Formats: sequence, C-alpha cells, structure tokens
Amino acid sequence: MTALASAPRGTGTRRPSREAPARAVRTLLRGLPTLPAVVLLAVFLAGPIAYCVYYAFTDMQLTGASGARFIGLDNFTRAFRDSDFLNAVKLTLVFVVGSAVIGQNTFGLALAILMQKATKPVRALVNGVVIAAWVLPEVVAGYLMYAFFYDQGSLNSLLDALHLPAQNWLYTMPILAVCLANVWRGTAFSMMVFTAAINDVPQELTEAAEMDGANPWQRLWRVVLPVIRPSILTNLMLITLQTLSVFGLIYTMTRGGPGNKSETLPIFMYQQAFQNSLIGYGTAIALVLLVVGALFSVVYIRLLKLEDD
Amino acid sequence: MAAVATPPATSAGHAAPKTVTPRRSRRFRPSRVVINAVLLAVSALYVLPLVWMLLASVSNTNSFRLTMPSSLTLDNFDAVLNIDTTYRPMLNSLLLCGFGTAVTVVVSVLAAYPLSRYRSRVRRPFLYTILFSTGLPITAVMIPVYSMFVQVNLIDSMPATALFLAASALPFGIWLMKNFMDGVPVVLEEAARIDGANTMQVLWRVVLPLMRPGVVVVTIFTFIGMWGNFFVPFILLLSPEKLPASVSVFTFLSAHDQTQYGQLSAFSLLYSLPVVLLYLLLSRKLGGGFALGGALKG
Repeated sequence: MTALASAPRGTGTRRPSREAPARAVRTLLRGLPTLPAVVLLAVFLAGPIAYCVYYAFTDMQLTGASGARFIGLDNFTRAFRDSDFLNAVKLTLVFVVGSAVIGQNTFGLALAILMQKATKPVRALVNGVVIAAWVLPEVVAGYLMYAFFYDQGSLNSLLDALHLPAQNWLYTMPILAVCLANVWRGTAFSMMVFTAAINDVPQELTEAAEMDGANPWQRLWRVVLPVIRPSILTNLMLITLQTLSVFGLIYTMTRGGPGNKSETLPIFMYQQAFQNSLIGYGTAIALVLLVVGALFSVVYIRLLKLEDD
Repeated sequence: MAAVATPPATSAGHAAPKTVTPRRSRRFRPSRVVINAVLLAVSALYVLPLVWMLLASVSNTNSFRLTMPSSLTLDNFDAVLNIDTTYRPMLNSLLLCGFGTAVTVVVSVLAAYPLSRYRSRVRRPFLYTILFSTGLPITAVMIPVYSMFVQVNLIDSMPATALFLAASALPFGIWLMKNFMDGVPVVLEEAARIDGANTMQVLWRVVLPLMRPGVVVVTIFTFIGMWGNFFVPFILLLSPEKLPASVSVFTFLSAHDQTQYGQLSAFSLLYSLPVVLLYLLLSRKLGGGFALGGALKG
C-alpha cells in the first residue's frame, strides 16, 4: 500500500538530465487519472490496515476510543493462550481445507471434467443449478442451507425416504454442515475456472495421446491435468482467500454455535470485538487473519505474473 | 489475458469430444450414460434447497419439510410487500449498490487508462499492489474500519458505506478493466490524437465505446457483489431504516423464534431476483462466468 500512495511523486527525481523536470511532469500528468483510485484505496483500505496494525497492540474497548492503552504483544499472547481462539484456528483450518481445498476444488474439477463428456441438455442443467447457488446472495444461501440441514429440513426428509439415519445436523456436526453449505454455494467458481481451462487445452495434445493408445484416465492424468496445473493453483489460492473470510454464510446458519462448534476466525473476531466489546483484541485477531490472507495473496501474485514485463 | 476480451468460450468445448472420436460417439456408450446419470443426481441435490424456497414461498404450511403445497397462495408475497419489509430495504440496497457501483466503474476506468497505455516505473508496483489487494480478506478489515468510522463520525452513514463498498470492489474492478482495455488497439487512438483530442476525449469517445462489453461485465459483477454483501452494511449501518435487504433477511431470520418461513422465502426470492436476472443478462450476452474464468487464468 505504501508503494501505491507514494510512488507517483517519487518518479523522475533521480534523473540528472535537463529533460528531467519535464519528464517528471509528464509522468505525473499521465498518472493523474489514477488519483481517485489512489485516494479511495488509501483512505478505505490502506488507512484501516494501518489502523489495524496499530490498534492490535492496544487494549481499546467498544465504550470509548480515548481509553486505548498501548499494551505491546499482550493481545497476541492472550490469543495463543485462549482456548477459544485456538478452537477458532482449528475450525478455520477444517473449514478452509474441507470446504475449499478439498470440497470446492475437487468437486468443481470433477464437474468440469464430467460435463465435457455429458450431453448438451445435462450440461446446461448442471451449469444452471450450480451457478444459481453461486449467484444467490450470501445470506439467502445461508438461510436455504439452514432450512436444508434443519432437524425437520429437506436433508432429513431425503434421508428418511432412503431409510438412512437422520440427525440434527446443525446441532451434532455444525462444522460439517457449514462446510457442505460452502461447497454448495462456492463450487460454481471452481467449475467455471476449470471449464474455461479445459476448453483451452490444445486438441492436438489429447488427440496425439489417444493415437498413442492412452485411455481416458491416462489422458486426464498425463495430459489434461498437467496442462491446466496453473489454473488449479490459481483457483486454489483464490478460493482459499474467499473461504478464509466467509462470515455471512456461517453466521446465518449457526452464529458460530452451538457453543463454539462452528466458530471460525471471522466469527470469533466479530464476537470478541462487538459482543464482548474488546475492539483491541478483535483487531489483533483481524491482524492475524490479514497476515494469513496477505501471505496467500503474495503467493497468488507470484503465480499470476504480469505477462508483459 | 487475451481470453478476457473474447469471452464466449462455451462453444469451443462442445465440439471436442465429437471431433476427437467421431466413430465412437455415434455408438451407444455406457460410460456416457453413467456420466449423465451422475450429473443429473448432482443437479437434483443442488436444486433441492432452491425448490424448497420456491414451494415455501407459495404455500401456507410454513414448514421446513419439502412437500408439495396443497394449494397455491400468494399470501406470503402479500404479507411482505409493504414499505417496512420489502420496499425500503430494497431501495436502500439499490441506493448503496447503485452509488457504490457507479463510483467503482468510473474510478476504475480512469485508473485503468494510464495502467493500460503508458509504461513507467510506477506501473509495475502499482499493478502488483492492485493484484495484492484483490486477495486481502475484507472481512478482516471491518473491525478497524468500524473504529475509524466511529472516530470520524461516519458510522451509520449510507454515502460512507457506499464509498467503502466501492473502495473494496476497486482492486478487482481496476484489474478487470485494465485487461479489457488492453484488448483495444492503440492505433485507433492515434488518429484521434492527431485530430487534437485530449486524453479524456480519447478515453470517452474512442476507448470506452470499443470496450463496452468489458464495462458491462465490471458493472454487473460489481453490482452483484455489493447486492449480496452482508458484513459491510451489518457493521457500518445501525439505523433500521437505513439497512439494506441483505441485513433485513438476517434480522427477519433471527427476529422471532417462530419465523414465518413462507414470508421469509417470499422475501428472499424478491431480494435474489435482481442479481439472478442481471446474471442471466450477462451470460446471454457474454458467456457469463466464462469471462470471469478467463480473466483469472493468468
């Protein structure tokens, strides 16, 4: 963020030639249209992040900003001794790995591969319903999933009809319910990324493999998957980042409960900051989330290199 | 990144299985039947919650069970179609997202032009910063944003909330817009430059008309994203009369023990309708998500 805010002013100053001032002015004028974006991003994103870094080291409370004292690393040492925080970290890991890395990614890839071989109306149907779940607003998706997993909901009706044991999903295994809900809602994204990637695999490659006697499995494992590997990595990064910050879906379904059995980091952060009025502590947890997100984001940028530099 | 400028990649995939194996595809293939059956089963599971919402909204039984309603009724819609339950939250959503989207689109067009057209030492770090910001979890920023808004007295302000929504959509907007703009040939601008047009005129008269599909994609995706956003207005807005539909669905659900599920389903349906229609419009015109998928491939 600092590069963003300070860079336009810093250019051209190191050039000693006589053209230098004119060049600097020209660069500045050319860069002028980015100014509104720079201001908005600096005020609403860079500002809060700087704020976050500062307040994570204070004991600020919801009642008044004036009472914030600098307390060093206390919020963090407290977090790592707080069994609720560790529980939230564990559940966030389960949620991200279970619903994004395994769930959405694998399921989306499977759907994209199967759809290549399906008949046209079936493909259109799958596309339609999977994307419909994705387009729905988050809270509506949460409400529908709440109704689906509810004790008297559609899932248990279905299980009854199939003579399988029904149970109160939102009570006995809420983290599984929210994971499945996130798979239901988010798979469309992976499916679309993979469909586009598979369509871009050169036909000569698969044809050549078939000529050499490769069966469909071999063509998939040895040709298609290696070729679309960059898309798989990009997709993994993006859905990890999205899943890391899921709030509305879980909050509408379970509010983190029962107890704290589905309390992921965003929910824990919200509850500490607003329900327990510990803004400083909540901010420290936010900083942990931000740092994890930033690390993933850096890996993502490295995968997605700027093509023309 | 060229994939962004030519989004409808849908037709390319259809031909592939047939042309690769012309002899076999005419024959009856059991594997294809199995694949179709599996996909149909998946669709059925996927569509269950959606069907439940549709049925619940037109039945008066008010239950979570998936049952065919004995008689169809529009009572639920009648009950929610009033100012407090539907019209005001929807209007608030429209104001927040309309203003936010307008700001995002205008600001990202402006920012995309120099990023797409000029080479300078600032460009690369700027683009990397934008790309980096697209990945930051906005959820995590909300608590500091709340504290900041409290200090400068912007809590419960709709314009400030809309501006925050715009800023959070900006990195992705600029990134997409820059990629679409890269697809417009520079040659066309040079003629206009020779005729004495300045940058703004070139941008407005030459570049924008040529990248209208790109602007439509960014506009619709930004709007859909903001329309569904729950956490930002949930944190930044307090007065009940300022809350958008996303938050009112939530308060509706958690208000009473005996929630009127028929009414809530009717309202959810009304609230979801605009984004579903916008998405359909987008996919008809541009191949929908494939444009987005292409943009992210790198």
